[in-house]
Amino acid sequence: MRSFIGFVIKEFYHIIRDYRSLIILFAIPAVDLVLFGYTVRNELTRAPFAVVDPSRDQVTTEIVQKLASSHYLEFEGYLKNESDIDPAFKAGKIKEVVVFDRKFAHKLTHNRSAGIQLIADASNPNMGALITAQISGLVQQFQATHASGPPAGTPINIRSRLLYNPDLRSVYLFVPGLIAVILMLISALMTSITIAREKETGSMEILLASPLRPIQIIIGKVVPYFFLAFIDVLIVIIIALSIFNVPFRGSVTLFLCEAGLFELTALSLGLLISSWSESQQTAMMTAQGITLMPTFILSGLIFPISSMPRPLQWLSTIIPARWFLVIVRGIMLKGIGIEVLWKETAILGGMAFLFLFLSLRAFKVRLD
Amino acid sequence: MENKVIIVEDLVRMFGSFTAVDHITFDVKQGEIFGFLGANGAGKTTTMKMLTGLLSLSGGGAKVAGHDVQTEPEKVKKSIGYMSQKFALYDDLSVWENIRFYSGVYGLTDKEIQEGGRAMLDKLGLGDVHNQLIGALPLGWKQKLAFSVALLHQPEIVFLDEPTSGVDPVTRRQFWEMIYEAAESGTTVFVTTHYMDEAEYCDRIGIMVAGKLPALDTPARLKQQFKSKSVDEVFVKLVRDRQKK
Repeated sequence: MRSFIGFVIKEFYHIIRDYRSLIILFAIPAVDLVLFGYTVRNELTRAPFAVVDPSRDQVTTEIVQKLASSHYLEFEGYLKNESDIDPAFKAGKIKEVVVFDRKFAHKLTHNRSAGIQLIADASNPNMGALITAQISGLVQQFQATHASGPPAGTPINIRSRLLYNPDLRSVYLFVPGLIAVILMLISALMTSITIAREKETGSMEILLASPLRPIQIIIGKVVPYFFLAFIDVLIVIIIALSIFNVPFRGSVTLFLCEAGLFELTALSLGLLISSWSESQQTAMMTAQGITLMPTFILSGLIFPISSMPRPLQWLSTIIPARWFLVIVRGIMLKGIGIEVLWKETAILGGMAFLFLFLSLRAFKVRLD
Repeated sequence: MENKVIIVEDLVRMFGSFTAVDHITFDVKQGEIFGFLGANGAGKTTTMKMLTGLLSLSGGGAKVAGHDVQTEPEKVKKSIGYMSQKFALYDDLSVWENIRFYSGVYGLTDKEIQEGGRAMLDKLGLGDVHNQLIGALPLGWKQKLAFSVALLHQPEIVFLDEPTSGVDPVTRRQFWEMIYEAAESGTTVFVTTHYMDEAEYCDRIGIMVAGKLPALDTPARLKQQFKSKSVDEVFVKLVRDRQKK
């Protein structure tokens, strides 16, 4: 046990002495979060829209005022008729056109139904969908506040509802994803590099020829990075809560346990990679290929899994971060607990177990 | 009867269908300086790895410090010191941190580390630099320090894998003085080297050629046996013989 503690202390020295990596390790979460939070946002900021409104009655005017007063939208003016829509889009001045039915107010009161057509500039599909959803929401609000007459029926034909993130703040979605990426990065990448380094310099032989047991060497390598990654998670959470006001609706204890479980999965993956790699460079390339890119692309962090082609959806099921994202978003944004998330938790646990088993086996084979 | 601390019998190691170590037998007595020579790929590193518990055996048997390397590798590891040319000490740790780490790994107590470490540094004249990072020290100092660290837990046998590669002649000389000193105090030294003049300093040498051990005796008797003026000549003759076959 004494020799094991000595080993862990030695690992901490390695980390502290390499202060450039250390700075990067702690700067990554802060910088990434600020980048994601401020620049890579998907939400609307003053999206310009125009209106085609043949009737210009009291109802349509009120709706337009409601839309124009939203700080997500910017009212650019009325178009004379529908043939002006295409040129306006092409000129790039507007992103969305709201087209009211003829005699809108009249139809609403007499037919109990009137239509609004929303036309989006979908050259940026995400943005188009977001603006459309935003306007739908606002019209619905209008309807709710001005509901006169019987509540039965839906006079204005727009339906859409945004749950949990009604403002479409992308930072809410990115923070959980960022936690997954950081944990993957530090746990898998750093552990695989540090073990490969001992192999590359030849110190692994010295360690293996010493009374230290292989399992002590492995755990001694893992423990410091486990702590480091945990500190990073706390940094991300604190920045997210304090600067971006991301809600944390669920249990903090459950969240930390799940983060620990995910870390274990990533660390075991890192160990597995290191058992294949003889040099730091190989370890780095392998770890990046296996952990970073799939985590970014296939986990649902940036691209929704539901909009992927089916084969990629199947592939995404073997990405640990995919399950972790469901868990973190569930805990932070929806406030749900283990009674709902047990399936994802079980899958992550299974993965951690499998990777750990494989890497311990691979490490033993190396010795023979 | 002299005390044999390394007993190797009919040792074999295969890598697939390639025989790296081909039925070799030898022993090393306590306090002896045993030189292990051979061209690159002759099997000396493989043999050393089997004796230090880093590799499993394909056949035969070996006992180190009275323990079977196959069934009691943990006990073997506690009784030996190991130092290689490829890696000596951690560059990003200070002199003292390296000493602490390695002594801790071998289970020395804080008191033993304090006393033994201080005495060692004073002897090496490195007392002033104990807080410096190893990376800042010249290679010769590092190698001498690494050797002392490998001896700190007072192992019965110390294995040195090409300890003087790339070291200047003066330091090499000092290094060998340290080896003699260790042997005089009863530690057995098992050393591999490429320098044939160093082989002359050994009590006995074994020369490996293509997995076999065709020469095993004192340097003087080997020179006689092969009618050569130096160990260097013995070595070249052995390797040429092999190539003729």
